[in-house]
Amino acid sequence: MRGHARGRSADNMTYVFHFGDMWNARDEFLTGTLLTLQLSALSMVLSLIIAIVGAVARTSGPKPVQFAVMAYVELIRNTPFLVQIFMIFFGLPTVGVRLDANTGALIAMVMNGSAYTIEIVRAGIVSVDRGQTEAATALGLHRWQTYRLIVLPQALRVVLPPLGSQFILLMLNSSVCSAISADELTSAVLDIQGRTFRAFEAFIVAAGIYFILSLLFSAAFAAIERAAFGRKVTR
Amino acid sequence: MRVFSLSDLAFLLLATRWTIMLSLVAFVGGGIVGMAIALMRVSVRRVPRWLAVGYIRVFQGTPLLLQLFLVFFGADLAGFSLSAWFSAALGLSLNAGAFLGEIWRGSIQAVAPGQIEAARALGLRYRALMLRVVLPQALRVAIPPTVGFSVNLIKSTSLAAIIGFVELTRAGQLLNNATFRPFLIFGTVAAIYFVLCWPLTLAATRLEKRLAAAYRR
Repeated sequence: MRGHARGRSADNMTYVFHFGDMWNARDEFLTGTLLTLQLSALSMVLSLIIAIVGAVARTSGPKPVQFAVMAYVELIRNTPFLVQIFMIFFGLPTVGVRLDANTGALIAMVMNGSAYTIEIVRAGIVSVDRGQTEAATALGLHRWQTYRLIVLPQALRVVLPPLGSQFILLMLNSSVCSAISADELTSAVLDIQGRTFRAFEAFIVAAGIYFILSLLFSAAFAAIERAAFGRKVTR
Repeated sequence: MRVFSLSDLAFLLLATRWTIMLSLVAFVGGGIVGMAIALMRVSVRRVPRWLAVGYIRVFQGTPLLLQLFLVFFGADLAGFSLSAWFSAALGLSLNAGAFLGEIWRGSIQAVAPGQIEAARALGLRYRALMLRVVLPQALRVAIPPTVGFSVNLIKSTSLAAIIGFVELTRAGQLLNNATFRPFLIFGTVAAIYFVLCWPLTLAATRLEKRLAAAYRR
């Protein structure tokens, strides 16, 4: 990884930036970006689905289920994502589950993302006034109807802003999946810098792309909030 | 291939020292950067405020892993070679500075404006105003989220493994290459991280509740 010394002239140790190789590698950058978008978006959707089920189970399931969900959330939130990826990618094959790097990355992303999202959705559910559920029960609504029609829509208002920040963090964290060579932007960049010996340029371009992605996601989440509530909910 | 023994556990525990060291160094470094960023962010002048906003946006809007790569390779280009240890410490400090800066900005702004007006009316200059009036009050609000962030910082030090610094995660990788018992080894590694992080998570939650109760009164 240290072959980039080529770009430095030997006598005065100054480095000449050279982005030509980066332009030539634009297809790889683009493919990497799309793969990162795909991995992140898929992880966000799956995380959210699991999180809604998990948060409902955490707040109103039977005691052992509540405990299991809590333990899952705390275990994931108090250990590094990189270790979780290693556990899944290297561990699962030893018990007979064959999986490629991309599947391993997706599983790790969803496990990690859902733990944080469960906590966010749970906080949203808890924030809904108890009188609302009591009134729903008094009107004869079933538990499922109460959740679907009364609790979750109101929880959404509280949930959306932190959910957006969390999903952007998840997208940025997807770069860690390069540690198992999953197909995404950081892996692509590591390939490019290994081939061109232009490490700094490659990482700068990649950082710029991630930055733009995070701006795009944050604009998208703001648009969703506006669509849901007619205005952006202030934090 | 060989079996996982007590000496392997000792190897992991010894590597944990480096995880703790790196976390502490990055926390102190991040604290210094973060204080500067927070003060700039609440400055009355526009330029420092914009610089601080830019700094926070950039470090919160790009992956930490790339920031570490950039420090590691960037220092090389600048003509001095940084060890993996120093690059990791520097990269994590710069990153933590952005997050702590944002947390502390919020804490400073949570101090009632009347406090600052009163201090000004009493003739306090910036230094005295900050040190004697604003920061002590901001501290109370800042502690719970700062403790919460320290959990993130400990977990983030695992990324130093990718640039080759042998801390807990990297030690786990090395052991796994030798023994090929991934569940056992990474399970142990995860358990050690959990033991480091869980008490801090609990403390952060408890402090937060106490602060919320104090504000409700």
